Amino acid sequence: MDLAFSPADEAFRAEAREWLHAHVPRAPLPSLETEEGFAAHRSWEAELAADRWSVVNWPARYGGRDAGLLRWLLFEEEYWAADAPGRVGQNGIQLLAPTLLDHGTEEQQARILPPMASGEVVWAQAWSEPEAGSDLASLRARAVRTNGGWLLTGQKTWSSRAAFADHAFGLFRSDPDAARPHQGLTYLMFGLRAPGVTVRPIARLDGKPAFAELFLDEVFVPDEDVIGEPGRGWRIAMSTAGNERGLMLRSPGRFLASARRLEELWRRRGRPAAARDRVADALIGARAYRLFTYAAASRLLDGESVGPESSLNKVFWSELDIALHETALDLLGPEGEMADTEWAERYVFALAGPLYAGTNEIQRDIIAERLLGLPKGRR
Amino acid sequence: MRFLLDAEQRAFAASLDALLTAAGTPAVIRDWSRGDHAGGRALWSRVADAGVFALAVPEAYEGLGPRPVELAVAFVELGRHAVPGPLVETVTAAALLAGADPGTAERLLPALASGEAMATVAPEGAHALDGDAAAVRIAWAPGRIRLSPGHGPVRPSLDPARRLTPLLPGGDVLGLPTDEALTWARLTTAAQALGVGLALLDRTVGYVKQRTQFGVPVGSFQAVKHRLADAKIALEFARPLVFGAALTMEPADAAAAKAAACEAAYTTARTALHLHGAIGYTAEYGLSLWLTKARALRTAWGAPEECRALVVSATGDRRW
Ligand SMILES: Cc1cc2nc3c(=O)[nH]c(=O)nc-3n(C[C@H](O)[C@H](O)[C@H](O)COP(=O)(O)OP(=O)(O)OC[C@H]3O[C@@H](n4cnc5c(N)ncnc54)[C@H](O)[C@@H]3O)c2cc1C
Repeated sequence: MDLAFSPADEAFRAEAREWLHAHVPRAPLPSLETEEGFAAHRSWEAELAADRWSVVNWPARYGGRDAGLLRWLLFEEEYWAADAPGRVGQNGIQLLAPTLLDHGTEEQQARILPPMASGEVVWAQAWSEPEAGSDLASLRARAVRTNGGWLLTGQKTWSSRAAFADHAFGLFRSDPDAARPHQGLTYLMFGLRAPGVTVRPIARLDGKPAFAELFLDEVFVPDEDVIGEPGRGWRIAMSTAGNERGLMLRSPGRFLASARRLEELWRRRGRPAAARDRVADALIGARAYRLFTYAAASRLLDGESVGPESSLNKVFWSELDIALHETALDLLGPEGEMADTEWAERYVFALAGPLYAGTNEIQRDIIAERLLGLPKGRR
Repeated sequence: MRFLLDAEQRAFAASLDALLTAAGTPAVIRDWSRGDHAGGRALWSRVADAGVFALAVPEAYEGLGPRPVELAVAFVELGRHAVPGPLVETVTAAALLAGADPGTAERLLPALASGEAMATVAPEGAHALDGDAAAVRIAWAPGRIRLSPGHGPVRPSLDPARRLTPLLPGGDVLGLPTDEALTWARLTTAAQALGVGLALLDRTVGYVKQRTQFGVPVGSFQAVKHRLADAKIALEFARPLVFGAALTMEPADAAAAKAAACEAAYTTARTALHLHGAIGYTAEYGLSLWLTKARALRTAWGAPEECRALVVSATGDRRW
């Protein structure tokens, strides 16, 4: 048991730090959730990609560095410590890409991954529907077989960044007669500007169009845009959903950086005693999440899988994030009400953590049933 | 970087677990609470034979240590089985004595390593744990540690298995206290608390699966499940803090581990008590042995605010 990184890993960390130091924009970019901010963040992705820092853990042939899990974690620590911009491509990079690397064809990987890595094509996740939230398997949007592909019809919603994104990936019901709701689903990719697609941006709490509804009317998708086997979509989607709540979606680096920023704010405000314990808890929580992740990464490197344990992560980081940002706003006092600050932007973002990627109630059910072995009950 | 226990460390935990399970600790604990130390001493020497106290004693004084990671492994097991006695204090005394003059260290440490003697330590003026059972009693004041010649009357703790004793004044001055010893105390308290919490969770999960109301196991109710899920989360995130502190032995890291593990154990105790219903509130039901310890460990060797204060006052290039 040790926490020491090899000299080669440390060299990688130092290289990342230096690059970030030289390239991270001095002034924060405009909000990712606005048209202008989206474009600015897309250019930042291109800059990252030009020096192969956008997807360090991917294979080199698709724009990565074959860096592996540990170096990815180190990169993330440096990335957030450098106060670098939020990642506009994260849904594609962290949700779709691992799925394609596991289940996609080589043709799909070669066609889809490089422009994803460079921010040229930004992906949105189209899983949720108006009537299918926590009970995702009850989804109703259809995929109907047609010559050389499929026709998609129905409605998707809450699709993050779909207001400005290019493509989306989602689950569709291809066999309405399947015995169980999880069966007969197909995992497909489609263009957000394809004929038959209407995108209606939705304003989140602070008015920014952070997500969108998608109306699909016989949208044609060719066979080469089906991920894995038709009808097996649920399994394929779930095999990588662990990524969403697990360490890939929210790396510890992000919370370490936020906790340090909070500590700094607390010091600048004259170390008010009333907030001391909450600041300490943010630091302790960030350290706990970091070390927990190192343990999970060590297990993965030993060839084990993470499985339902990713639900522990999801609840932990989402609650940590909210507590941390609430503390910051409280420390700011009346200034904390100002909506055009980074603290406020991050607070609004944090508020959604317990909802997306499977609500925390759903995660607690998974923990209780699959980790503690408690009986399933009426939900 | 491999932040996981290795096979040998896991085997050590498993062998301690087996030893403690076979020892029937509940009866030992209840005797200890009444001041009958015979069973506790026998158990102590088995724990010592497994090498536990030697891990805190340097090799120069017939120990195997110092080995904080293995000690943390051991203390999780001692906590899981609610083993009574001045466990943390003996380790802390060993850390203090290792820094005392070589003559004193040579005289006192081998007996701690072998389990022949228990030790207790308390800040000057505070009550020491199990001073009536310990052969070595150390009073800790800023600037000096002192070997107390004896103890005063026993006062009960909220945890009946913890017997609190004032230490008599006088006695030889042994040397200077060290911050490092406090780090040992916090690390082992944190590990012990984690073990206590894990045992409470385990027992409660078992109970709610078997207790039925409204015709179904109470563990199938979502309100019950979610409280247990929260306990699981708190404990699983305290665990890496404990082992992280064992690796660095930084005072702030040990304070963080202590705050988080004791908090996790305590909230788990509250959950365990609640989910057992009234039976959990009784002294004769075994759960009480862990419930009361979770409360006591929370303030032993640094109350929550004290530990948190240390976390925010830590300086240097911390990459937390
Ligand atoms: C900021 C944000 C971004 C998002 N981005 C995306 C995206 O990019 N793509 C996408 O597909 N989706 C996205 N979502 C949608 C998200 O996945 C859903 O909001 C989530 O699955 C919950 O579904 P719901 O909102 O319909 O809530 P519901 O399922 O209607 O739940 C309402 C409440 O009931 C509770 N509840 C429901 N079922 C149970 C149960 N069995 N036990 C206990 N409590 C229960 C829930 O926990 C919740 O508190 C996003 C959501 C947010 C807030």
